[in-house]
Amino acid sequence: MTNQPPFIRINAVSRVFNGGNGVHDLSLDIPRGSFVVLLGPSGCGKSTTLRLIAGLETADQGSIAIDGKDVTSAPPSKRGLSMVFQSYALFPHLSVAENIIFGLKVRKTHKDEIKTRLTDALRVTGLEGYEDRKPAQLSGGQRQRVALARAIVAGHPLCLMDEPLSNLDAKLRHAVRKDIRDLQQRLGITVVYVTHDQTEAMSMADIVILMKDGRIEQVGNPADLYLKPATAFAAGFVGSPPMTLIPASALPASVIPDGLDANHLTFGIRPEDLILSTGQNDHPWGIPATVTGSEFLGAETFVFVAIPGTDGATARLPGRVEISPGTEVSLSWAGAAAHWFDGERGHRLTPTIPGTSAQDTKITSQPDTATSTL
Amino acid sequence: MNEMARLQKRRLALYGWMLAAPALALMSLFAFYPAIATFWHSLFSRGTSRRPSVFAGFENYGDLFADPTFWTVATNNLIYAGVTIPVSIIFALVMALWANAHIPARSFVRSAYFTPTILPMIAAANLWLFFYTPDLGVIDQITGFFGASPTNWLGQPETALASVIIVTIWKEAGFFMIFYLAALQTIPPDLHEAARIEGAGRWTYTRRVLLPLLMPTTIFVFVNAMINSVKLIDHLFILTKGGPNNASKLILYWIWEMAFAYFDSPHAAAMTILVLLALGLVAVAQFRLVEKRTHYR
Repeated sequence: MTNQPPFIRINAVSRVFNGGNGVHDLSLDIPRGSFVVLLGPSGCGKSTTLRLIAGLETADQGSIAIDGKDVTSAPPSKRGLSMVFQSYALFPHLSVAENIIFGLKVRKTHKDEIKTRLTDALRVTGLEGYEDRKPAQLSGGQRQRVALARAIVAGHPLCLMDEPLSNLDAKLRHAVRKDIRDLQQRLGITVVYVTHDQTEAMSMADIVILMKDGRIEQVGNPADLYLKPATAFAAGFVGSPPMTLIPASALPASVIPDGLDANHLTFGIRPEDLILSTGQNDHPWGIPATVTGSEFLGAETFVFVAIPGTDGATARLPGRVEISPGTEVSLSWAGAAAHWFDGERGHRLTPTIPGTSAQDTKITSQPDTATSTL
Repeated sequence: MNEMARLQKRRLALYGWMLAAPALALMSLFAFYPAIATFWHSLFSRGTSRRPSVFAGFENYGDLFADPTFWTVATNNLIYAGVTIPVSIIFALVMALWANAHIPARSFVRSAYFTPTILPMIAAANLWLFFYTPDLGVIDQITGFFGASPTNWLGQPETALASVIIVTIWKEAGFFMIFYLAALQTIPPDLHEAARIEGAGRWTYTRRVLLPLLMPTTIFVFVNAMINSVKLIDHLFILTKGGPNNASKLILYWIWEMAFAYFDSPHAAAMTILVLLALGLVAVAQFRLVEKRTHYR
């Protein structure tokens, strides 16, 4: 990406509802042509952020600029954007074609142009032949495509999507995910996409913005979020099954890196990084645990283990693994696979000793910069 | 197996009839039988102690058409319906839109609009009798403030019907508002937001989205208003008694007069049948025409 100015700039925006929900002092830059996913649990402010960009909510404080223009108090129609709603918000009394061209008609676009644009939108979304149907006569996936067609027909450079896949079944969701991503690439538009599903975020996004309680928890590409979660919350939210997080005090002192205080420390490990060994222990050290159950998923098996003093851990093992509950195992991991977080505030800590961390050999125990908002 | 299925089907049919029976019995007793009896009655001449009633065919109907009062009353009722129906529907819709918006004291506004509906028509008519009182009533007080001379609103042929019409609209609009309010609340707010994003202003949204979605309610309200325009005459007894000189007389009041003031039940029966026929025709036309153009969810 060149050094061009951001397409959307949100500057210190707050919008607080009665009861304390909303967004607090949010600042965010979104580059042109990127696929940005706002990710977070319900009530984290991701939808509010989207509605602020759309102009359906007005910021209490701060400013929002789209394409270099300050739109903080502009109505939605003056912001040059379109939106796909979670419910699709199709007009039930209008046919597919009328739904798609609703905005063009409102804007008094020329008849011929409406026609060409409609044909284009129908073709791109694969809705040819359905023009005259009413939304009630369509399947969920088709309705979703109508909503998409309505969003792209005007040719706006920005498209906002509010959990557009949450009403589809799992199989369709997977296919549409790919379709939306392809469409965004082909049209070269900027998409801001809200979801609570981390799989969607990981598979579609150029940039993931993880939110919690109205604040940004971490911004980065999907790999960043997965490999270097900035906080314990990010670590637990991204990835399925989530990262195991256990208090370091339950671990033997020998595995805790120097310079970190085991009493105020959380240890995190991805399920696939956890090594399970039974009987003959070929590893120099290990944490004793008991198998409580397992799930066979075809390509991999999840093994759940109990560790005294913790909520337990999950290990992801390739292929089929036969292991009966009650089996005593020993847990270990490669030193660099361990994540360390501050026990109270949750931010990521980087160990000092090169021996325990292969990647981060630079500085003393300091919170990562991305967590400064906490 | 086959026998079993047949039995089950028969049992289901039996259940259906059993469930329909109470309503069917009541309807027959209070609607179908009276309608047929009325028709039959309308075919006989009026009986007196000296001349017993005889079969007269459609003579009673001919008498009605020959009576100038019939045409006055029919015209009155057409004007009455033609004004009260659209005006009360428009008022109801506007009030509902306003009472549905986020305004302060919303529930107060709603109940205020609904109050006329709770009042019995007779009580409302008595209230309005005071409003219309020449010189002393509220209306003349207000017009008098601007220098107008007192008007006998109910007592002169030029204003009597209009005065009656206003009372009806005042009474009905709040009732119809409730239906619109209920319908408005079933329309998801997403639609408004989607329309806003697409650049539709308040008026475009109302015209292109809201009104079409409210169409089923409008039909329902329209049918009700139409029935009321024939049925609701209670206030005539208090306000004008159909006068002066039949200027505010409506069909049902006239029927009542014929039947129970002049004891001419055959002509009243004939008139009733004419009303039933007219209402039936309008209802059929309405549903045929409007149904096609309406979106039901």
